[in-house]
Amino acid sequence: MGNEVENHEEHRAEGVGQHGRSGSEPGNVTTRIRARYGDAAVRGGNAVGCESVIAERDTHLPFMTFLKDDPELSFDYLVDVTAVDRLQLDEEIRFAVVYQLYSYKHNRRFSVSVPVPEADPWIGSVVSVWPGANWLEREVYDMYGIVFEGHPDLRRILMPDDFGSHPLRKDYPLHGKGERDNFVF
Amino acid sequence: MNTTPIDKLAEADLEEIRNERVTFERTPDMPTEHMILNFGPQHPATHGTLHMVLELDGEKVAGATPHLGYLHTGFEKLGEYRSYNQFVTLTDRMNYLSPLCNNIGYTHAVEKLMNIEITPRCRSIRVALAELSRLADHLLCIGTAALDIGAFTAFLYGFRAREVLYDLFEAVCGTRLTTSYTRVGGLLRDVPDNFAEMARESVEETLRATAEIDRLLTHNRIWRDRTEGVGVLSAEDAVAWGATGPVLRASGVEWDIRKNEPYLGYETYDFDLPIGRNGDAYDRYLVRMEEIRQSAQIIHQAVEDLPAGPVNADEEHAVLPEKSEVYESMESLIYHFKMTMEGHGPTPPVGEVYAATEAPNGELGFFIVSDGSREPYRIRVRPPSFVNFSLFPMLIRGHMLSDVVAVLGSLNVIAGELDR
Repeated sequence: MGNEVENHEEHRAEGVGQHGRSGSEPGNVTTRIRARYGDAAVRGGNAVGCESVIAERDTHLPFMTFLKDDPELSFDYLVDVTAVDRLQLDEEIRFAVVYQLYSYKHNRRFSVSVPVPEADPWIGSVVSVWPGANWLEREVYDMYGIVFEGHPDLRRILMPDDFGSHPLRKDYPLHGKGERDNFVF
Repeated sequence: MNTTPIDKLAEADLEEIRNERVTFERTPDMPTEHMILNFGPQHPATHGTLHMVLELDGEKVAGATPHLGYLHTGFEKLGEYRSYNQFVTLTDRMNYLSPLCNNIGYTHAVEKLMNIEITPRCRSIRVALAELSRLADHLLCIGTAALDIGAFTAFLYGFRAREVLYDLFEAVCGTRLTTSYTRVGGLLRDVPDNFAEMARESVEETLRATAEIDRLLTHNRIWRDRTEGVGVLSAEDAVAWGATGPVLRASGVEWDIRKNEPYLGYETYDFDLPIGRNGDAYDRYLVRMEEIRQSAQIIHQAVEDLPAGPVNADEEHAVLPEKSEVYESMESLIYHFKMTMEGHGPTPPVGEVYAATEAPNGELGFFIVSDGSREPYRIRVRPPSFVNFSLFPMLIRGHMLSDVVAVLGSLNVIAGELDR
């Protein structure tokens, strides 16, 4: 039994870092982005085990196109689009739209976070870059009310069309606002 | 005129489909008009409840507009009010055909966030169970795809083998469907002593069923006529639309998270990736059939020399202590209390994480934002069905009405995961 525990401990020591990285040398993507946009333009995000940056909303679309088209990056697979309502976090800007990207060529993941203010919650749609963003952006619009400018078909996707609120916002109560009592079937 | 909401819906969709400028061959001197057909929400081939508004030109589909959300349960919202271990039970209800894969994918993400290294035994058990539920998922997917097209036998043969798999899940987890088997840093409990034996038996049963289905379908004239060349997805489109899993591989893209970004020690297992050539419904069927055989190999390797030792990581701040120790040792009792009481529980550091695993349908990702408290600040599921299903309107355009079920079956849409 003692032996087994020892082996287990050994394995733990070896296994450190296995969770840490996903296939790429640390810093590759950020270095490439810095080379293109300058050091000042790149703020690192706080994703665990994956490189990440915080991008600006105004230059977001050309930036995403660059991430996809640059041969050294070629993030050709848009994994996920989602948002975070940072109302209860210590952040100035309320929303952040988060993109998870993957490059088949380099076997590398990357995460881009774009702050979106509550006052005018819009962001450029990336459907023209990755068509698969279509439903993912609709879901973010549905859940958070963030408008994707240039989206070909921005409608609610999970909630009913006449649903008045955006349920994943932090100020929307868990038990709803009584919509369930008034559903029209 | 009084219109009910459903009529309004159809009118709105009609307008929208017209705006899509579908070009269609028409006989010039024969005036035709498009017909709107509601497919679902209560249709046996929708596997759950989903609603599609089809615009038909004769028997051809000129456009399809899916309406989702009938099974929307707000899991992501609920997750913000549940502790990290409580959320495991919600993951069962997403893809309810392979709940173990969801359990494993979710705890994998939390462990990555908390930097917990699970024990070798736990890792092997998770691999074996993930592959066993892949068998169950693929058997059901192939069976129902055949059933929707009209072949009842394949479905029954698949279900018979699936029953044996579910008996195994029941022996391991105590439940057949809502398994909730994983915990952050470990498992609910160790597997029974005869786990390896049961796993081999159920694999054998599955392979027998697979061979039967193979004989029934693979060279079946009707099956091939109904699936070959139907719902063709090119490799470029598959990548651009973010398709994953068998749908991606059937289009000829050699990519699987188990191979490309191995987790749970998948790099130590010997298995091949089946790749399709044409990207049609038939290739998706063939890829799933071969994945069953490859998963069977993985299961054999995983249970062959199941490492001894504990199943739970030795992390008292995150993992429940052994129940027997809770009764005998003061420290364990305190840790047990700290893990389960309201306001206590595993608390990951502040940060955000995205971790993906290869579920039977494709990339199942969990994105977790932690503010350092007991509940996730934000939890997001990247459902493979949702992204794969967004291809449907493109795949079905120009096909016959009867191909709708063939394409739908080949995408393996699980409404629980689609709507969450």
